Amino acid sequence: MESLSLLLDGFASVLTPMNLLYAAIGVLLGTFVGVLPGIGPAMAVALLLPVTYGLDPVAAFIMFAGIYYGGMYGGSTTAILLNTPGESASVMTALEGNLMARRGRAAQALATAAVGSFIAGTIGTMLVVFFAPALASVAVEIGAPSYFALMVLAMVMVTSVLGHSWLRGFIALFLGLTIGLVGLDLNTGQQRLSFDQPLLADRIDIVVVAVGIFALGEALWVAAHLRRAPLHVVPVGRPWMSGGDVRRSWGPWLRGTAYGFPFGAIPAGGAEIPTFLSYLTEKKLAARKGQDEFGKGAIEGVAGPEAANNASAAGTFVPLLALGLPVTATSAVMLAALQGYGIEPGPSLMTDQPELVWALLASLLIGNALLLVLNLPLAPLWAKLLRIPRPQLYAGILFFAALGAYAANMQAFDLFLLLLLGLLGLLMRRFGLPVLPLILGVILGPLMEFRLREAMAISGGEVSGLWSEPLAIVVYVIVALAVVAPLVLRAVRPAPAAVAAELEHEHEHEHSADKEEVER
Amino acid sequence: MSKTIVVGWSPDAYGEAALARAVEEARHRDGRVVVVNATRGDALVDDRYATDEQLTALTSRAKEDGVDVDVRRSLGADVGDQVLAVANEVDADLIVIGLRRRSPVGKLIMGSVAQRILLGAECAVLAVKPAA
Repeated sequence: MESLSLLLDGFASVLTPMNLLYAAIGVLLGTFVGVLPGIGPAMAVALLLPVTYGLDPVAAFIMFAGIYYGGMYGGSTTAILLNTPGESASVMTALEGNLMARRGRAAQALATAAVGSFIAGTIGTMLVVFFAPALASVAVEIGAPSYFALMVLAMVMVTSVLGHSWLRGFIALFLGLTIGLVGLDLNTGQQRLSFDQPLLADRIDIVVVAVGIFALGEALWVAAHLRRAPLHVVPVGRPWMSGGDVRRSWGPWLRGTAYGFPFGAIPAGGAEIPTFLSYLTEKKLAARKGQDEFGKGAIEGVAGPEAANNASAAGTFVPLLALGLPVTATSAVMLAALQGYGIEPGPSLMTDQPELVWALLASLLIGNALLLVLNLPLAPLWAKLLRIPRPQLYAGILFFAALGAYAANMQAFDLFLLLLLGLLGLLMRRFGLPVLPLILGVILGPLMEFRLREAMAISGGEVSGLWSEPLAIVVYVIVALAVVAPLVLRAVRPAPAAVAAELEHEHEHEHSADKEEVER
Repeated sequence: MSKTIVVGWSPDAYGEAALARAVEEARHRDGRVVVVNATRGDALVDDRYATDEQLTALTSRAKEDGVDVDVRRSLGADVGDQVLAVANEVDADLIVIGLRRRSPVGKLIMGSVAQRILLGAECAVLAVKPAA
């Protein structure tokens, strides 16, 4: 039980008034950005990256952890009250959650989402506490070829499994890898893609990329679609649950956690698949018990996917901490923050920076508890946030974006780059390119190149050196399977997104009147 | 000759006061009522933009009072301009709006739909306040 005592040490370092304050700020900020569709935790962490210059790593990561979990929770609020899932992870929550809200059970839907998130987040974090050190101690032995293979795996999985279009995913990935290449080659000192600009030779700061793509891109996109018919938020009081609701939610919470965690932990994270599986399972189980409320607002349909969503968020910390492999946009930006502190992410992180890692894990648990305490009473307040006019909101975001990009290096040139990357972000949204592969490419690209160089140096330039280790071969086989399996699966059974769209369509006729979008 | 009365309406006390007065005027002058429910549409949620249920309730209530009601919903940069546009289009004889009590300083800070309509209207404008 060495992990537990280390975790307790982590608690000891987190439980100071200042750090608790950072945790509370993170949780509130995370919920704030999660509630507002289009602004996710990734953007919030990106905007706060410059904060890390003045904060010690522990405090910064406590805040980021709060933002991450808070964002997940906030997304479910919007999904339930507005039927506007802010991210693909809460699509399934929106299905039954909004139906519950329409039947006057919004308070129960929010409560089961909050408590389910808390339980799944806590169990998930405890699993990270036990798995991550074990994985890291194995991973330290991994050689450069296998490491390179793992990074290829993460990129292929994130790009092909999660997205709806392979082509779009890979375009985004290669855009990201290209941006990651700009600057001085660390081995030979050659300039790459710098167009003889000394400022470009210095590499593009990750803050500028993240803020440009997330914040500026989103702001431009929203500005291009400024006016849309307002939606109607279901009025809600203080969330609460009756004993019967709790009895019906227990099973889905635990099953959702069981689905979510493994999907988060393998380097192909993302909550889309586990939330979908959880939804289907609960639907089948409810039908078998003969009390099928699905399609009319079943509490199981909120409890399960919401737990799966948060458990997978917790699971993504396993590859992040043990391997230095981020699989969600938020954890990718958190990895960039680590690098900003000069901390090398990877298997040695747990032994080199035990204080930081265990404080982070402890703060995840604390943030989770804070979320439950703060958000159950505050739900009506969060719903009010949706009344903020977009121009004011995005003006604020643009201000912080520009400030952050400039503060990174105090170079006006960075503001120009920010604008350019913002335009790229706008175009990506316009053409449906996913943002995650790009960010992953920018952040993982240089690390991957480093491992590739290392592997090639070991093998003396022989390409076969890349599959000289058994683990590398296994990983490449998984990569091949990951590419082929979806093709086969899609032929046999429909994709999650298609089923979600179908379910949505089924519900459509029940409230088609409210859903008409008067866009212009 | 039948008169056309345009009313700037939102599902709240101000909108209700304006609508009640508009319906009264319409019965008095044997006119018809055009209800404008407008929004800037720049926030995700706008309570002053009516739901379909609220609009159906409005129409049926007016019908009970024996007044013909036409509902217009619109989306644009300025709510006042949208009311004025409808007033021009239907060649209104009267615009009825609900008005908030405000101090001159409050007026200075908060731009108002009412002011926009008062200044820009081609016809008479009647401003009513909800019973306190």
